[in-house]
Amino acid sequence: MSEREKILGRIRDALVVKAPFPGNHGHDSRGGSSVVPPSSRAGEWLPRVDDSPDGQLAAFATNCVDLKADFFLLNSADEVKAQLQKLAAADGWKKIATHSGVLTDSIVPSLNLTTLRADAGYDVHEMESCDAGITECDALIAQTGSVLVTNRSCGGRALSVLPPHHVVLARRDQLLRDLPAAFQLLKRKYAGNYPSMISFVTGPSRTGDIERILVLGAHGPKRLTIFVF
Amino acid sequence: MTAPVQQFKRQAEVLTHDLRHREIIQTALGKYAVVRDKNRGAFQDYQSARQAAAETKWEAINHLDKHLEQLVSKLEARGTKVHWASTGDQAREIIQKILREKKARSIIKSKAMTSEEIHLNHALEEEGFEVVESDLGEFIVQLKKETPYHIVFPAMHLTRGEIRDLFNKELAANATDNPEELTMVARRVMRQKYITADIGFTGANFAIAETGMISITENEGNARLTAALPKTMITLVGIEKVLPRLEDLALFLPMLATSGTGQPLTCYNTMYSGPRQPGEPDGPEEWHVVLLDNRRSELLADPEQRDALHCIRCGACLNVCPIFRNVGGHTYGTTYSGPIGSVITPHLRGLDEWKHLSYSSSLCGACTETCPVKIDLAHHLLQNRRNSVQKKSSPAWKLGFELMNFVFKRPGFYEFVAPLGRAAQKLHPMIAGKAFDPAFPWTKTRSAPKIAKQTFKEWWRERG
Repeated sequence: MSEREKILGRIRDALVVKAPFPGNHGHDSRGGSSVVPPSSRAGEWLPRVDDSPDGQLAAFATNCVDLKADFFLLNSADEVKAQLQKLAAADGWKKIATHSGVLTDSIVPSLNLTTLRADAGYDVHEMESCDAGITECDALIAQTGSVLVTNRSCGGRALSVLPPHHVVLARRDQLLRDLPAAFQLLKRKYAGNYPSMISFVTGPSRTGDIERILVLGAHGPKRLTIFVF
Repeated sequence: MTAPVQQFKRQAEVLTHDLRHREIIQTALGKYAVVRDKNRGAFQDYQSARQAAAETKWEAINHLDKHLEQLVSKLEARGTKVHWASTGDQAREIIQKILREKKARSIIKSKAMTSEEIHLNHALEEEGFEVVESDLGEFIVQLKKETPYHIVFPAMHLTRGEIRDLFNKELAANATDNPEELTMVARRVMRQKYITADIGFTGANFAIAETGMISITENEGNARLTAALPKTMITLVGIEKVLPRLEDLALFLPMLATSGTGQPLTCYNTMYSGPRQPGEPDGPEEWHVVLLDNRRSELLADPEQRDALHCIRCGACLNVCPIFRNVGGHTYGTTYSGPIGSVITPHLRGLDEWKHLSYSSSLCGACTETCPVKIDLAHHLLQNRRNSVQKKSSPAWKLGFELMNFVFKRPGFYEFVAPLGRAAQKLHPMIAGKAFDPAFPWTKTRSAPKIAKQTFKEWWRERG
């Protein structure tokens, strides 16, 4: 008998006796019969998010402040280009990494910098030496200030964590209300063929492992800048 | 007394008197409590969310066979190699075999308590592999040759000064005690390790049956890099980590964050569903997922305490536990400390040797109250006490309870002996606090409470 069969056998034997349903101190063994998954109502319990698009933008902006991410709400691709150039000049970027995409292709070339294309296959040392990784995203989440990225839509697994500065380019209509909406989007967009990595990025990399004191840039980017237009 | 009891008593004695240790722990956990309360308070209905989380885990665990089969078939469909390990020994052998086949030399690890549980690092290092913990806290305790102090905050017992000394000694870092500077030292060391490592090793926070995904929660980005750069990835998963559906994470990711570190959501929550797929630019060529039983199925067979397998390892019960806060994490001598550790260790490692942990509790219920998946920890500690007595109790214990039983069944006799207790207590000061005092464990640090001048019955008769 394989270990698989042995483990599954032990599990099946163990589950012959039912366990009490949670929250009733063992007096009730109903449950498991409900057709509606308990987590499907999560939206009603998680932190409240405004109904209006403007309110959601404001919530996203507030969350970015708390998370120490930089958020720019702009009106056109040209404004994004201008801001991005300012940022590149101020930080003295020499080399950047990005991937091909509608937004990145139209905006990133305007920087006129040496550019590494992560989705074309890359050398790790070279990406490590880039000043910034510029990516698109699948969605922004107002409730948490998160950026939803996948390796298929955002240039692989490393681009959004290896360079010291992660820059996200997004459209206003990519802003979602909350986490349940983000999972609905993932199912709608990818069901049956998910990218092998899906990640919610919530602020720049951080640690509190030394005396619970916040330090940014533990292993991933020290800075996260989000441009929305 | 067994070795673990002696160890516990000795270390608890030292640490409860260590004011510096107390201050470090109280400060760290004080900061945690403030943000935790703020972010739990931001929920529209935290208690309903908690009940739903408990019900979801109940569903996951009570159909564990079905969920595991679904998880594995989905994982395998995308080219992931799944291994099953009944014991820690088997899991280690599976992992060592992969390393040998890959002719690996260095392994970069992101945080995994399951690997502590099977003592993986030690086994790999003995065989000559270089193992580097990449989570900052884990890296610090690894350098210090210690085990993690806490399942979420591994180095919370160390001050920045101690960490500076450690880095200067072990890494020739020449750093000050500035936490940012120290973090950057670790970052620099680790970047090189990432680029040269042959194997990336991770744990798992959740395993999604429906879509065949492993979800990893972290703040530093070290797990993201571990799963991106090395050519081979190995993930060790306890079989209890399953969740039925992908959207369950909409509830569990914020629940884990608020209870674990107090944050609304941790920095990176990442779901992996396979090795690098065609058309993807990077990621491991091979992904091995090792499913670990290691007596979890025995805990599953106890319906009374089965819900201990609902645990999402957030550490919230450790943080509120008055025992943990006083005796500290290392005193337990276990991989999982605090209330959840006291509940599950007797199941995972034997009741006889580990029953004392269930007595090191004031039964205040703070753990039950704070658990985000409603595990009834305080009652499970009581049940462990009951089970240990039913299994084996000392003659003195039996005699004591038989005597009590005898007296309490006979009201007349009780009235006769009650005043004797008062008289006897008058003599007690002669031996109080001395080693041969029968109440010594109590009286060595406290004065004995005085027996009342009258029994209740006497008082009742007197008031007419």
